[in-house]
Order: sequence, then C-alpha cells, then structure tokens
Amino acid sequence: MKAIQLTVNGGAYKVFCPEDITLLTLLREHLHLTGTKEGCAAGECGACTVIYNGKPINACMVLAMEADGAVIETIEGEAKDGVLSPLQQAFIDCHALQCGFCTPGMIMSARALLDENPTPTRDEIVHAMEGNLCRCTGYEPIIRAIEQIAGGAQ
Amino acid sequence: MSHIGKSVIRHDGVQKVTGRAEYLADIKLNGMLYAKMLASPHAHARILRINTEKAKALPGVRAVLTGKDDNAMVGIYMVDRSALAQDKVRHWGEAVAAVAADTEAIAEEAVRLIEVEYEVLPIIFDAQEAIQPGAPQVHEQAESYDYIKGVFHPEPGRNIANRTKVRRGDVDEAFARADVVIEHTYEQPQVFHVPLEPHGTIVQWGAEDYVKIYSSTQSPFAVRDLFAHSFNLPRNKVEVIAPYVGGGFGGKSGIHLEPLVGMLSKRCGGRPVKLIPTREEECATLPSRQGMVSKVKTGAMRDGTIIAEEVEYLWVGGAYADYGVNISRAGAMTACGPYHIENVKADSVTVYTNHVFGTAYRGFGHPEVFFGIERQRDLLAKELGMDPVELRLKNLLMPGKETITGELITENTGRVDQCLKVVAEKLKVSEDYTAAERAEMEKTGKYRGKAAAVLQKSPAMPTWSASSAIIHMNEDGTVHITVGGVDFGQGTYTVLQQIASERLHIPIEKISMAPGVNTDMSPYDWQTVASRMTVLCGNALCDACDDLEAQLLEMGGVVLRAGKHELGLADEHVYVKQNPHQRVSYAQICMGYTYENGNAVGGPMIGRGKCIAQGLTNIDPETGQGKTALDWTYGAHAVEVEVDVRTGDVEVLHMASCMDVGRVMNEAMLNGQVVGGVLQGLGTTLSEAVYYDAEGNLLTRNLTDYKIPTFKDLPGNLDVSYIETPQLDGPYGARGVGEHPLISITAVIANAVANATGTEIYELPLSADKVRAALRQTK
Ligand code: FES
Ligand code: FES
Repeated sequence: MKAIQLTVNGGAYKVFCPEDITLLTLLREHLHLTGTKEGCAAGECGACTVIYNGKPINACMVLAMEADGAVIETIEGEAKDGVLSPLQQAFIDCHALQCGFCTPGMIMSARALLDENPTPTRDEIVHAMEGNLCRCTGYEPIIRAIEQIAGGAQ
Repeated sequence: MSHIGKSVIRHDGVQKVTGRAEYLADIKLNGMLYAKMLASPHAHARILRINTEKAKALPGVRAVLTGKDDNAMVGIYMVDRSALAQDKVRHWGEAVAAVAADTEAIAEEAVRLIEVEYEVLPIIFDAQEAIQPGAPQVHEQAESYDYIKGVFHPEPGRNIANRTKVRRGDVDEAFARADVVIEHTYEQPQVFHVPLEPHGTIVQWGAEDYVKIYSSTQSPFAVRDLFAHSFNLPRNKVEVIAPYVGGGFGGKSGIHLEPLVGMLSKRCGGRPVKLIPTREEECATLPSRQGMVSKVKTGAMRDGTIIAEEVEYLWVGGAYADYGVNISRAGAMTACGPYHIENVKADSVTVYTNHVFGTAYRGFGHPEVFFGIERQRDLLAKELGMDPVELRLKNLLMPGKETITGELITENTGRVDQCLKVVAEKLKVSEDYTAAERAEMEKTGKYRGKAAAVLQKSPAMPTWSASSAIIHMNEDGTVHITVGGVDFGQGTYTVLQQIASERLHIPIEKISMAPGVNTDMSPYDWQTVASRMTVLCGNALCDACDDLEAQLLEMGGVVLRAGKHELGLADEHVYVKQNPHQRVSYAQICMGYTYENGNAVGGPMIGRGKCIAQGLTNIDPETGQGKTALDWTYGAHAVEVEVDVRTGDVEVLHMASCMDVGRVMNEAMLNGQVVGGVLQGLGTTLSEAVYYDAEGNLLTRNLTDYKIPTFKDLPGNLDVSYIETPQLDGPYGARGVGEHPLISITAVIANAVANATGTEIYELPLSADKVRAALRQTK
C-alpha cells in the first residue's frame, strides 16, 4: 500500500492503494468512478479512455503509482452542474450510442481531440478515434456527432 | 400518426453519456467475493488428477471447486455440458476449476496454485472426418444426454448433435434433366461476438435456496428457467436481474456462467460471488459463432430456372451443442434462401469437434447459409452466361409460391424482388465498366467489381414463444412500461415508448421505462433474440395499451356520464365525441375519481398485455415441412469493391442496402441497426476469424489478434433504404430487423471480388493474404 495524490475532475484526492493496480482499477474500485469502463484490460479497446494531463490514454495501461500528481478527467466530469456538455448532447442527438459501453471512452477521446483541435476534419476524427472500438453503431453516427461539434455547436 | 416512424432519441441516452448507466461490472454487494476460473491448456484431454490443496490453503480463499464436486449439467436444447469439466476437457479454454476469494488478486493466485494432470487425447477438428463411422468421439456418452425429443435429432457415435432434414420433390430426377449442374464447397471459420462488455454475473445463493442472480444477459427469463432446471429449484426462488447490458449479438442469450458462480456462492455460505471473464476467457471459455462447411449442388435450365438444389451444411459446433443444434435447424429451414425451388434436399448437421463451442450469433445461422447460397447464385449465372441479378429475379419467392418448407408466400409476406431491384439500380450493378475505366484498372492494378445479393430471415424460436407487457399510470397521468425483454442498445424500449405514446395520446416524455429486467418484477418474455422484440413485445404492449384504454374509457364514462362508444381519447383526456369540451384528464381518473363530497370510485389503472407466436407448427422430422416463420424480413445488399491485385486488399467503395421492414418505427434506430450490422458483416468478411494451432490451442485470444472493424474500416459510403410491406399482425405493420443487415454481406463482397478479378474465392475471411494467394493461384 502506498499513498498517492491526484486531481480527478477538478477534485483533489489522496488514496492509499496497492502498488500493482492500474489507474483504471484505482478510478473504478477505489474512487468509485465506474463511468470509465473495462473492455479488455490490455490497451486494445479504448473503453477505459480518460484524459491524463491533457492527453487521452487507456487507463488500463497506466499504473496507479505513475498517476501520482496527475490531473485526470473522466466521463463523470463531462456534464457540468447537471447539464450535459454539447458533446454529450451531440452523441444523443446523432444516435451515436447503442449499448453505451464504449460511450464514455468515445466521449473522452473526442473531448481530448476537440480540446486540441476544435475543428478536426473527418480524417482527423477517424485518426484520433481509431483506438476506440464500438461493436454496435458502425461508427458513422459517432463521427457525425463529433463533426457536429467541430462544425460550431461548441 | 404522430409518433410512429419518427427518429425519437433513445430513452437511456443521458444515463449512457454521463457514465451513470450501471452495468454488471459496476455492481458491488456487501460481502461480495470474486471468482476466477482455471482454463484447460488442451483442446482434448482426460483429467487424471486435480490437486487443490495449495489453493485451498491460501488465506482469503473461500471456495475451490472442480468437476468432481457437485456439478451442474447445463444446455439450452441438449444437456451436454457441465459447469466445470468432468473427466475430460473438450476444448482449449474450458473451465476446469474455479475459486472464490476475498479479492480478485487472491482468486488469481489461488487459480495458479491448482495443479491438474492431463492425458492428452487426439483432437477432432475436421467436421467431415468427425462424422465418419469410427471417428473418435467428443462425447462418448452422447446417448445418455437429455434433449428436446422430436425437435432435435442427435446421432450418437457420429459426433452429430443434431441433423435437420428438408425433403421436397425428387432432386435426383431433377438433376438428371437439368441443363447445367454446378457444385461447390464453401468454408467459414468461427467468429467471435466481441461485445465491448464481456459476460459477467453475480450470484447469491441464499438461505433456503433463494437465489439472486445479476447477469449481463439478453435472456433473463431463460437464465431463470435453465438455472432452476439445472438445480431443480422452483422458478419463484430464482430471481434474475439484468442491468444495462453492453452488447450481446446473441452471445449473451441462453445460460453461461451463472450455474458455476451459483455453486461457488452456495459453497461460500451464500455470500455473493462475482465473475467477470477476462477478454481471453471471453474468447476461449465462452462460446463463439459456429464455423461451417457447406456443400451446395444446384441444377438449372438454360433459361436460368433453378429446378433442384441439394445442400449439406456441416456446422462446426465445437465441444458442446448449446444453441448450435437449433442453428442447424434454422439453417435447414432457410437452406436455399428466398427462392422458389421445386426439388430440394437439405441436411443441416451440428458436428461436435474440439473447437470452442458455438452459440447464437446475430443472424442465427443465416449469414453462414447465405455465404454459400448467394455465392452459388453468381457462380450459376456465370456458368449460364446470365446477369446474376436477372437470374435471381427469375427464381425469387413471389406471392403464390411456396418456400422449401411448404409455406405459402402471399402479398403480405414481403418483397425480396423489390429490395434487390432497388440496390441493383442504385449501384448500377448490371452495367459494365467502360473501356476507359477498364484501362485505368489495368494501369493501377486496382480492379473494381460490383455485385448484389439477397437475404431473408424469420425468427427461429419455439412455436410457443411469448411476450408480455405491463403499463401502469402514475398519479399525474404519466405512465410507466414494464416488459421482460432487454434493451441492450438496439432501441426496443424507445420504440415501445413510441407505441404507447401513439396508442394512449400521451407525449413521449411522459412515458418511462426503467432500464433492465428483474424476473421477480417484470412480466415474462421468452428471450431477447431473433429480432422478435418489436413484433412480439410490441404487440404485447399494444394489447396492454388497449386494456388501459378500456379502463380509461370506463372510468371516463362514469365521470362524464356517457357510454364507451360515445367517448374518445385525445391529449391526455377522455372526451365526449359529440361535445369535445366535455372531458376529464387522465390524471383525474387514473388513481380513481374523487367526487366533491369525498366519495371515490375506481382505483389505480394498470394495463396488461400479452402476445404469443401465432400459427407456428412443429416440422415433419423426415421432410422438414411445416410453418416455422412468424414474420419474414427480406432485404438485399449491393456493393462495389476495389481489389488491389498486388496486395490483395479489398476496399469497399460503395454499398447500398434495402430491407423490407414492414413499417419504419424509428428511422434513426433502424439506421443504427443497419449501419452497425453491415459493419459487423464486413468484419466477418474481411478480417475476423478464430484461429487455432495444429494441437487445437486457440491462437486468437485478444483484440489485437482478433480484429473487429475500427473507425478506419467504414465503407466509402452506405446508402440505406426501406420498403414497407406491412406485416398485418405486427405492431403498425412492423417486422423484425435487428439481425438482418449482417446477412449476405460475406457473399456480396466475395461476388464483387470475383466480378473485379475473375477469381472465385470459396473461403472466408477475404483477408489480404488470402485474396492475394487466391489471385496468384488462378493466374
Ligand atoms: S480496457 Fe483499456 S483499452 Fe480496453
Ligand atoms: S455502443 Fe455498444 S459498443 Fe459502442
């Protein structure tokens, strides 16, 4: 057990946790932020995507200990004051989700992309989102949702 | 109509985009233990000895189980599998032992401490060899298994879990007089479902045998039924809760890990035990789609009329029957596609092998059957020098014709010919490329080709498959719907809300549905499979709405002092037709009506509704004749591909899909099913395949080796359209459609590759290396 400190969705946390757990386990099991999903635990599906010091990462591939001092954003921080972000609303309006299991990771990847490049092209969207798998939607509506924001809904 | 057909947004969107939707993995119970399984490292081996002493001695371990302990036999149609392997293992990855411990880490360590001694047995991997007399048996004691007699036809001693036959006319006589006869063999590997959320379950086997099961399942009532059956428990002592489910595609129907976890919980004095397989276990321990070898022999006249077809479908069922036996049955019913053929002989056989076992997968055998059948149509057209679209149109099922199982097609059945014409026209499938285009292809080495293919499917389900619905009103006249089917993303619940809104004249935002199903509280539904929810559950809800409407009219009549026939419903009110200003709101009467002096009459209003499949029959065991289709949904795809003959890469440039859905209920949701289904089909076609080494060890154990389509794999464009031939007994004319878009994708792409390159490929997937190799061979 070791103590680490980190900032998650703007809140400061000090956590005692085993040294061998991943950031994903830390978020889900220790901070009870279960919005971030585990689809493979091997960096292959993107369901666990969070924003880590401004960059999208697979939380299953980072050790919790490495996250000491990090600033992290998860899906739970995306809606503010009980109001959906435009990106979340666009996912709903564009029918960009079905089972919803990939959705938190998709939204975090899209959020990181849009923060860095507010007007991505379709190719840039495809490139940035490639690591996020979805088995339900066929991706097209997800691209449309992101394009809608890139087109100015922000 | 104001609500039907509209692209109403999904009811659970907010929960899902905020991360608040609770899936199985997100549930924690007090005192919960964590389970891990030990998987077999062999495809076929006798278990000589298992030593669990070290595992049991590890602090924090609460139970260790092997097949020697109390074990449960499971199987939805053929009871041939035990929750933990007994005596021998039959596929790589089969669960041999399981542990429940205080933490996942302890459970993992304990599993590593279990020692198993195996005697490796020869593997049975080739379906054609497996059915030969004298072949080693996957199940030596097959004749002792319990199964649904009269419906399935196992052949013990031949590795055959089921054979379903269709016999019509006289194929031998017809082949003798046919102008051309062609015969081909097609092969398809197993594929994985890959729901983003793995399976998972929590079971609490409480005192007095009250069992509570949380499960990521498409079929909560089937889990209850099969669990209760396995342990001989009354249904009212087993409660199954399905929370949000992260995709299933057929893989989460039936029963899976629940019996094993139930036994662990019982061993641990009733503490809840949670098991979520790893992605590797999801691949190896949980079932896949069956592989298939199909032999198709077709006889036709010069003018293109198909007069005979003989097929043999060998389904690579893997180690256990599971849904496989019913898939071979469904495959027989649809054996020749939506064509009118007078002389048919079909044998559809589920073969036990030492592969990971097969189960239901979106399309339930149809995608596999249609690969061979729709390839065969193009090959026949080539042989006859005919346009393949024209050849199909000549033979398609039309009103007045009969299916191969003797079902009469009527004007109300749906129009496959129109679907085909629409897509063929959209992509100009029958038009040749110009000389200039051809010259360009020669120059670049990238050859384009086009093709079209048709599809059909009806639900494959028991004749008595039923649904029910409850709709109750709240104090303010808002309503709540409860059903027993699961919405795991396909959007059924949103469509149900639209139906209730339409029926009861209530705005859709006043109609709610709780996520998930609880068998103790939700009304019965057979299973969420077979594209049956909109039709059967939709009809049950219509029935419930009618019941509620009758209550509203009755109570409204009391208050308004009018007879039922004088009243109507509009705008959340019961009103007098002749004098519409005389009205009473739902809110005033739905909990009973209170007069000024305080007297009250009536009471809370609850509508109940039910629906059972109408008119289905068992089939004749010798000829396969009978009525098994509740509703047919037809469709067609057309595609233009570009094949890089140097690399073997197949790029999908354009696609058009058209489905006869009866009635579009929610266009955006429907598009979601089509676009998602087509892409899943492209995965099956171009990249997905389960691979093993020569010893039967599974090689594809993760999402790097097993590739599903990503954002990069979208077709250039996909044009989706619908035809609406109403299903007269479907809600508002709707037909099922969830599985259909995936059917025939493999065939249409392979046909287009042949059209582009002249090379015929009979095996999936059409990965670049395979295509390249095939191109080399034909050069
Ligand atoms: S769970 Fe982290 S990438 Fe799949
Ligand atoms: S919505 Fe189901 S995996 Fe993306």
